[in-house]
Amino acid sequence: MKFVAVTACPTGIAHTYMAAEALEEEARKRGHEIAVETQGSAGSEKVDDAAISGAVGVIYAVDTNVDGRDRFSHLPSVEVTPGEAINHAARVFDRAEQAVEEGVSEAPAETAASGAGGGGAAAAATGGGGDGPGRSSRGGAVRQWLMTGVSYMLPFVTAGGILIALAFLVGDTVTVVEENVYEEFSFGALFFKIGGTAFSMIGPILAGFIAYAMADRPGIAPGIVSGLLANEIGAGFLGAIIGGLLAGAIVIGLKRVPFPRSLRSLLPVLFYPLIATFIVGTLMILVIGEPIAAATEALTAWLEGLGTANAIVLGTILGLMMAFDMGGPVNKVAYFFGVGLIAENVLAPMAAVMAAGMTPPLGLALATAVRKRLFNVQEQEAGKAAWVMGASFITEGAIPFAAADPIRVIPALMLGSAVAGGLSMAFDATLRAPHGGIFVFGLVGNWPLYILAIAIGAVVTAAGVIALKQFHRTPDDAVDPSATTTEAARA
Amino acid sequence: MDLTIDDVITTDLIILDLDATERDAAIAEMADRLVAQGRVSDRDTYVNDVLEREREGGGTGMEMGVAIPHAKSEAVTNASVAFARTNPGIDFGGDSEQPSTLVFLIAAPVGGDDLHIRLLSRLSRRLIHESFRQKLYDASSPDEVMETLREEVTL
Repeated sequence: MKFVAVTACPTGIAHTYMAAEALEEEARKRGHEIAVETQGSAGSEKVDDAAISGAVGVIYAVDTNVDGRDRFSHLPSVEVTPGEAINHAARVFDRAEQAVEEGVSEAPAETAASGAGGGGAAAAATGGGGDGPGRSSRGGAVRQWLMTGVSYMLPFVTAGGILIALAFLVGDTVTVVEENVYEEFSFGALFFKIGGTAFSMIGPILAGFIAYAMADRPGIAPGIVSGLLANEIGAGFLGAIIGGLLAGAIVIGLKRVPFPRSLRSLLPVLFYPLIATFIVGTLMILVIGEPIAAATEALTAWLEGLGTANAIVLGTILGLMMAFDMGGPVNKVAYFFGVGLIAENVLAPMAAVMAAGMTPPLGLALATAVRKRLFNVQEQEAGKAAWVMGASFITEGAIPFAAADPIRVIPALMLGSAVAGGLSMAFDATLRAPHGGIFVFGLVGNWPLYILAIAIGAVVTAAGVIALKQFHRTPDDAVDPSATTTEAARA
Repeated sequence: MDLTIDDVITTDLIILDLDATERDAAIAEMADRLVAQGRVSDRDTYVNDVLEREREGGGTGMEMGVAIPHAKSEAVTNASVAFARTNPGIDFGGDSEQPSTLVFLIAAPVGGDDLHIRLLSRLSRRLIHESFRQKLYDASSPDEVMETLREEVTL
């Protein structure tokens, strides 16, 4: 299990830190993870959002005020004095584990309403209605897992995306993707190679840390392997999410198997990763990989059969496909359909494909700029990088948003991209380059209206995301911890 | 340039056989060392501040036989710590029934800088570890105590 803890004492010199060390030691003994925030005199190092979103419970070892308690108020909690943590860390963890199991907040000072003894009272208070803090409901738990995965994956997206944009900027936009930096050095090729390598980790890290959020450390290996296989079978980030969830679930299942005591020490280092990796790998290759390959083939044939007869319908369909899984199989079919037609000198579908691939990151960047409070801090930062990626036709810039909240984000992206793709076709825009975004606008036929199509698509995307996020608002979406409705939900 | 444990404790601040047999006297005896080294400017003010912290928090004794009386005080000139060993131990109250045989008296200046406090916090953290405490019990001279501290307490 993963915990967060806050330790604090009046002087903030000794007990704060001894309590922290004692909790860390006990966590290590039990195979838990813990991130401790020592609110003492040596400056308080805040536990980061990723730690909080991955945690299943919070331990307060305090005999003074806690700063920013509301950051943790959605988690089951126990509250003890620093002295109890120092002298009886084992007992504190027994209680913490029990609180997590029962989903109970153990009488924190400020919210007497949760009640001390009752197992079910507080759980019912937080669970009912569906708009209480997310942890307690199944959907909330899945969302926490996804968010943990995204928070570890995000740096790969921003680093990779901006490096690839730089490659387009300094290199020859059209040929840079085919250059081999090992054979002939150029800065464009260098940036592209490094950026592409970072991108290849999006799926593995996403899957690995979704599984980690679910099943702790033993989840990481099977999760990462499932993400690598998602890359290989071309399943995209949605495939990686499925892989991560499967890996986590398998490890959780294995942990319930009553292995003989003599084997216990081997479980986390040998059996869990070995068995779980094998099972999830098999599922990815045989159960998910095969159908995806078949579906890709069928989809390609269908799209080719559609032809270019009704241009606007085709553009709309390409748009829907581009935004559905951003780099996944459906996106790839649409993309290669557009690229393939360039050779036949049919240039309008490629323009529609690129427009529809630019609007997801651009629309999300716009949405984070105009409605900050609907996004967490990480997403706001990702929004800034998404401008650059959207402008460069790097659709992956939208993945962190889509992976954290697929059900509300993906439909909005599809809508905006459908509009952009349809308009691009309606405006007779053409493009003879397979990538590059604004760097190849010089090659676009009818570019002023093309830009208009992209702009309208981005605005539609942003409006859609904002509408869907507002419509179905949950407290843990809010950025500002003080804006959460947890206290109200408790009372 | 790096701050080390030698900046907050020296062999002159280590007492391996404390004369005092009860809490107030022990704190006074250790505070005298801090004053003699020029680390605390006003003994009475400092001792009062420490005793106040002891009363407020119900004592600083711990189950593992360690006590860490401490205060942030105007009377402290340099962040410091004095160490004493006592046998059979002194009752420092707190959550512990057990008498404390290792006593760290911590002196922090008001508005002390982060690095010194951080170093003191490292020392506090190490005390949780049995192996560290055992070395302090086993040390046969103040120099050996310093050796152990240098090994185990770093920023």
